[in-house]
Amino acid sequence: MDKILRIDMGAEGGPKQSTETAGEFAALGGRATTSTIVAKEVPADCHPLGAENKLVIAPGMLSGTAAAISGRISVGCKSPLTGGIKESNAGGQAAQVLARLGYAAIIIEGQPAGDDLYKIHINKDRVEISVDNSNKLLDNYPLIDKLKKEYGDKVAYMTIGTAGERLMASASIACTDPELRPTRHCGRGGVGAVMGSKQIKAIILDDAGCKNRPPQDAEKFKAANRVFVEGIRKHPVAGEGLPAYGTNVLTNVLNEAGGYPTHNFKTGQFDGGTKISGESLAELEIKRGGSATHGCHRGCVIQCSGIYNDKDGNYLTKQPEYETVWSHGGHCGISDLDTIATLDYWDDNIGVDTIEMGVAVGVAMDGGLLEFGDCEGAIKLVRDEVGKGTGLGRILGGGAEMTGKAFGVERVPVVKSQALPAYDPRTVQGIGVTYATSTQGADHTAGYAVATNILKVGGDVDPLKPEGQIELSRNLQIATASIDSTGLCLFIAFPILDQPETFQAMLDLLGGFYGIEMTGDDVVALGQKVLSLEREFNKGAGFGPADDRLPRFFKTDPLPPHNITFGVSDEELDQLYNWE
Amino acid sequence: MKVTVKLFATFRAGRFNIEVRDYPAGTTVADVVKDLELPGEKLGILMINHRHVDLDRVLSEGETLAIFPLVGGG
Repeated sequence: MDKILRIDMGAEGGPKQSTETAGEFAALGGRATTSTIVAKEVPADCHPLGAENKLVIAPGMLSGTAAAISGRISVGCKSPLTGGIKESNAGGQAAQVLARLGYAAIIIEGQPAGDDLYKIHINKDRVEISVDNSNKLLDNYPLIDKLKKEYGDKVAYMTIGTAGERLMASASIACTDPELRPTRHCGRGGVGAVMGSKQIKAIILDDAGCKNRPPQDAEKFKAANRVFVEGIRKHPVAGEGLPAYGTNVLTNVLNEAGGYPTHNFKTGQFDGGTKISGESLAELEIKRGGSATHGCHRGCVIQCSGIYNDKDGNYLTKQPEYETVWSHGGHCGISDLDTIATLDYWDDNIGVDTIEMGVAVGVAMDGGLLEFGDCEGAIKLVRDEVGKGTGLGRILGGGAEMTGKAFGVERVPVVKSQALPAYDPRTVQGIGVTYATSTQGADHTAGYAVATNILKVGGDVDPLKPEGQIELSRNLQIATASIDSTGLCLFIAFPILDQPETFQAMLDLLGGFYGIEMTGDDVVALGQKVLSLEREFNKGAGFGPADDRLPRFFKTDPLPPHNITFGVSDEELDQLYNWE
Repeated sequence: MKVTVKLFATFRAGRFNIEVRDYPAGTTVADVVKDLELPGEKLGILMINHRHVDLDRVLSEGETLAIFPLVGGG
């Protein structure tokens, strides 16, 4: 990855491309690359949908190599949802292909003058930026079907649906999986709206004639990869639970622990939980001829996804993730898997974040727009309102906070305007710290304290008490910022937290590839550097300590069945970034 | 005494999802695990009344014990 592609969409006479040497970014990747470039080049006080914002796309440090499970791609920008810095990453094929093409990053800046819609085709010989208005207002699935006829099935696609074109703050960027389904999304924070504001509908990545990136120390790299894969396969979470049941194995866990936010965060248990659990989902997928096990990119050794078929055995969507099953399920009082899968399909097709969309629908239910549990009503809201860009659809597509204001809802579960995911911070207090303090807004992946609080992976910290949560969340946020830079899937965290030899193998993979010695201290230093850069950007965008808070109802309204409130004090929250 | 036992994920195979079972007074979580022949190395979360418990926790009449293998997601 020795070069950076820069595209100025606002250049006189049409989009202009240039190639730079990667410099400091040659040995960086993912979130470290996107956040460094955004912090350096984007004015923190700019409008996220204006010409001054930039969309930065970066494969991880190990993407495009033979390293297992290294296919995460990061997209960075100023977020139209939060108003702060954003890094949103996804699986799919894009990271591997972009890295093999030799790009450490693509930087898209400026804005075209007219209303033409562009596509960008990148192969080993050239970059072609062309107008294609025939793609206007196509959703992701029909768009990919159309593009496949032009570019074939040996490429990776990054696309926006209609939500991105309509600049909705919940809009995602879809990345295709190995079978070219647009199912892996950079979902959070409205990155799809930023791509839409640059008037880019599709990026087609073709690595024909390219090879895997070669490691500096092939022997060390190969040996490390072997130990790394063994470590993942032998760990019960990564090697057994995730492949068999997917991420939705958590529904029963969180429901049993009383931390499953139900009916817009009113209780911690959902009586329909069993019906939509990972166990029920996997059984149904297999019964209908789908699959409970599927990898989002080639080279994945966990295979946490699956294929969900409809009643007639036809493909409906990929296996809905735990967060999606929750946001469209328990959060909305819905306990029907077909409804949830249909909503997952429409979210992917329109191109919106499933968390933000589901939470917005649940907030609208709380505001009286429809009843909790109204399956058909929820589908209509997403498919017919958001999908068609109606006035109501634009409110919902603007996210949970906008929806809460539109319907006069007091209980709006957001931090920095981004919807909370599927763990109640009163019952899982460590994740509450992450929600409150993350540079990204409420984001469970930013420091997954659920592992230690609830799953008892990587230690044991009592989920119901504030003690120890700051340190836990801090350490996880630092480690995550590093892992998000490697291109490795975050699910490697389960084995590397529990197995020292697997953690060492990850260090040796990086060290072997770049011909350096990597230590645990290097991982911490990189993570801290990324977080500090992001925080500095957010300060420039107007964020302060008051933004590192949960909505007040988490401190005042006890959550059944434990009947406790979030107990970590504001003073403690302000100590999270104690290295600064 | 009667105790409700819930099993999840891989632990259900060849066993059950939920069952009310009879155990003598003084039975611990470890005794139930042994009785059900659950593999110790795969044991994950143990909960009674929505709270995590240890293997040496003594069960009381009418309680619900949930036993998960090590699982994760997110």
